[in-house]
Amino acid sequence: MKKPQRDGGESARRLSRRALLLGSVQLGVVGVLGWRMQSMQVEQADQFRLLAEENRINIRLIPPARGLIFDRNGRPLADNEQNYRVVMVREDAGDVEDTLKRLTQLVDIPQETLDRALEEMYRRSPFVPVTITDRLTWDDVAKININAPALPGITAEVGLSRHYGLGEDIAHVVGYVGPVSDYDLSRIDDQDPLLQIPKFQIGKTGVENKLEHMLRGSAGTKRIEVNALGRVMRELDRQEGTPGKDVQLTLDARLQAYAQARMDGESAGAVVIDLEDGDLRAIASAPAFNPNLFVRGISVKDWTDLNENKYRPLAAKAAQGTYPPGSTFKMVTALAALEAGVISPEETVYCPGHTDVADIRFHCWKRAGHGNINFHESLKQSCDCYYYEICQRVGIDKMAEMARKLGLGIRHDLPISAVARGLAPDKAWKADVRGEDWRIGDTVNASIGQGYVLASPLQLAVMTARIATGRSVTPRLVKSVDGVEEPSGRGESLGLNENILRRMRQSMNDVSNHRRGTAYRSRIIADGMRMAGKTGTSQVRRITAEERARGVTRNADLPWERRDHALFVSFAPVENPRFAVAVIVEHGGGGSTAAAPIARDIMLQALYDGDPPLEAYPSADRARIADQQERIRARLAATDQTQDRA
Amino acid sequence: MSYLEHNAKYVPTGFRKLVYLNWPVILLLSAVASFGFLMLYSVAGGSVTPWMEPQVKRFGLGMTLMLIVAMVPIWFWRNVAGLAFVVSLMLLLAVEFFGSVGMGAQRWIDLGFMRLQPSELTKITLVMFLAAYYDWLPSGKTSRPFWVLLPVLFILIPTYMVLRQPDLGTAILLLLGGSTVMFLAGVHWAYFATVIAAGVGGIVAVFESRGTTWQLLKDYQFRRIDTFIDPSNDPLGAGYHITQAKIALGSGGLTGRGFMQGTQSRLNFLPEKHTDFIFTTLAEEFGFVGAAALLTLYLLIILFCVVTAITNRDRFSSLLTLGIAMTFFLFFAVNMAMVTGLAPVVGVPLPLVSYGGSAMLVLLVAFGLVQSAHVHKPR
Repeated sequence: MKKPQRDGGESARRLSRRALLLGSVQLGVVGVLGWRMQSMQVEQADQFRLLAEENRINIRLIPPARGLIFDRNGRPLADNEQNYRVVMVREDAGDVEDTLKRLTQLVDIPQETLDRALEEMYRRSPFVPVTITDRLTWDDVAKININAPALPGITAEVGLSRHYGLGEDIAHVVGYVGPVSDYDLSRIDDQDPLLQIPKFQIGKTGVENKLEHMLRGSAGTKRIEVNALGRVMRELDRQEGTPGKDVQLTLDARLQAYAQARMDGESAGAVVIDLEDGDLRAIASAPAFNPNLFVRGISVKDWTDLNENKYRPLAAKAAQGTYPPGSTFKMVTALAALEAGVISPEETVYCPGHTDVADIRFHCWKRAGHGNINFHESLKQSCDCYYYEICQRVGIDKMAEMARKLGLGIRHDLPISAVARGLAPDKAWKADVRGEDWRIGDTVNASIGQGYVLASPLQLAVMTARIATGRSVTPRLVKSVDGVEEPSGRGESLGLNENILRRMRQSMNDVSNHRRGTAYRSRIIADGMRMAGKTGTSQVRRITAEERARGVTRNADLPWERRDHALFVSFAPVENPRFAVAVIVEHGGGGSTAAAPIARDIMLQALYDGDPPLEAYPSADRARIADQQERIRARLAATDQTQDRA
Repeated sequence: MSYLEHNAKYVPTGFRKLVYLNWPVILLLSAVASFGFLMLYSVAGGSVTPWMEPQVKRFGLGMTLMLIVAMVPIWFWRNVAGLAFVVSLMLLLAVEFFGSVGMGAQRWIDLGFMRLQPSELTKITLVMFLAAYYDWLPSGKTSRPFWVLLPVLFILIPTYMVLRQPDLGTAILLLLGGSTVMFLAGVHWAYFATVIAAGVGGIVAVFESRGTTWQLLKDYQFRRIDTFIDPSNDPLGAGYHITQAKIALGSGGLTGRGFMQGTQSRLNFLPEKHTDFIFTTLAEEFGFVGAAALLTLYLLIILFCVVTAITNRDRFSSLLTLGIAMTFFLFFAVNMAMVTGLAPVVGVPLPLVSYGGSAMLVLLVAFGLVQSAHVHKPR
């Protein structure tokens, strides 16, 4: 137990004294606070009230200018053009419906667009500007500006929108941009605030999509002060964004346009590759579509038309489409066999017109047979039996290995949508994917590019390029970014036997330039420009016994979608190869009749960098060719004009 | 047995204690809290969720706790003061290791049903412990250097730990609250003069340290000081809060814009509008009249505390009541000085008005102690 403290009285008095002192200090502080409030809220109230009125600082994003896309000669493929649009702020508009009604009296706006804008306006905060419609003409803008007093909350703004000057010609490669959708946002993990801008345009397909990260640039910001009515008082500051990078493609717009025009009316794909550095000079797919339709927001009718067209205009056949390569695959089979040494170039194989393997009869295209035939003749005349024989000697795995070495069955890394991998089948593949054992019949089918083998025109062009050069030429689509050159696709030596390659090229030369070659009719006769190639005709399906019984043996008797695909691969000039061209005409019939002439014409355009002289063609064809050139020139001129107007 | 128990001629028991509660303080606390409910309803755009409803529930819980604490004899609280202090120090230590990080600082422990901020608790237990210390210490020793150094340590340990979190506002409150108890207990004024002199030297040192390797404050704290000195420097960056708060406050005028009519808070110009800056909304919507009314309520609470403390002959009770009153005072004074632009933004809530669980519960428990001292005072 503690005793009461002796000096308790004194310390209690001191405590009270100090408590009172402290209390006074507290009172003083409260006094100061009260005085401060009084001076701010009573004396300076008006001044602060004014600040509060003016105090509505908005931060707005400035979308960066999207990077441009050029062809190899600096011709714009995708550029940004000025675009006038009408923007409305609900808060400022007063009676929204009434204001919009007045607007429609001035400018023609479809009801559908109006409804969409109205819906968006009511979904967002009242002070957020909502785009009602865009792509106005200058006349419309002038009308709106003159009538501004009657249109509160409505302003005409200028923005940039994407425009594809070459339209259809580059649609499959360059792709298109479109407004960012909820689906896009859910699919991509991208924190970029730009994507939050309503209707911000991002690349949807093709180069626009694949190089989005380069083309988009980064947002700038501006801080603006708006008053209580939402009117912009002043811009406080502005941080400019970084514009997107300019991308130069390896495409040659002129050649691309020619290829597109040349394939007009067909369902076809063509690829031109530069052998020096792998530059893709043209990647054409016909028919095409107008990418500008998508930028504007495609109408339901246009969309249905594109989707229901049996020629599939939306498909980039040149890079996405895969087809049985048919006889163009014979080079792979032959190279695999010759490299492996299972047959020598001079050794002959007897072709009776068919080969029986494991109780199945495989026919040569020439029913009568080729008799004794060596490698050179087999390629030139495209004898099938020769390949049925050598493929069994070398085996599928070596063939698949050779195919991959030549660029088939592997996905080339290009910034185009859905670049096809194709298929160079081997035993492991069939076991993995189909869960079945490889059969010898599969090898026989594969030896002539049928069965499981699939390749895109792009891959066939690469294959031809590699055979022509002996280097692993790698396709390149982006030439430079912001002026910085991308690495060349020249490639190192493939390590193939140069002697065998020379014989291979010689045989391909004879395919085109020997009287009995399968592509003799589509040869080039200009000195130093001659072309080597290989035709291919791949069956979409076998002609059934029933059809055969009905007398259907020729393609022309079949409906379009059952006819054979026509293929042709080529390189030129034979002496000093510069380009490789691969062409496929879907359901075109024979490679020599449908594909080779197209490949030849495109090749000549590439070689002469423009229209070739008629002397380059066999004399019998010249009149027809002159006609055709005239037609294509007219078509190109017509497109140019439309695009200038757009 | 203490002096108090010994000398209390009459101590109310059972439910009679309710009659002896300091009812004016309870009414004042409720009035202040009601201001808070109104403002939380308003900043939520005229809705009881997400803030007002939980706040009302917590106030109910807090009032219950206050009454329970008030019913317990004050000498019990004095006897557990040391234990309470040690427990809160341990909790502070626990935050170091298991605490959640919120707003860039480690401040609370998640107990599941609520988030406990040990730093809030410490504000009270420190005052409690120091009051018990000076009650125990013979008054002759009060100003002896050793017996002065000891309580200084008791103050500095939690202050340092809180500063590490980092929570500058609470650190200042602990320092000032603790010093107040020392001052009231009668520590010689020369000590305070020395500390103030050293403090000024320290502030100079802090500023000198800026940008060097031994920088004493975090960059954001320096920026707050800069912003305080000249908010117009950076009106959209660090000074944004204070500039917007001042505009809201000033634009309220004499009578305010009316309940739920404040444009500043409506348009989200105000930061932390439901916590530290809630006073600006009040001042904007109710004007000077409303702000002065709240200030008066606060002042009256302090006044009642000072009166009951001075009239209480028990030393522990007086020191505790005055210490708690001072802590309460520091809360609202620092907060109001902060939002009116008189002090840097240090993150102190407006007591019983700002949204927040720990602070309200701890303050009401503290007023429970004040009530206990009042109920059990020697009569």
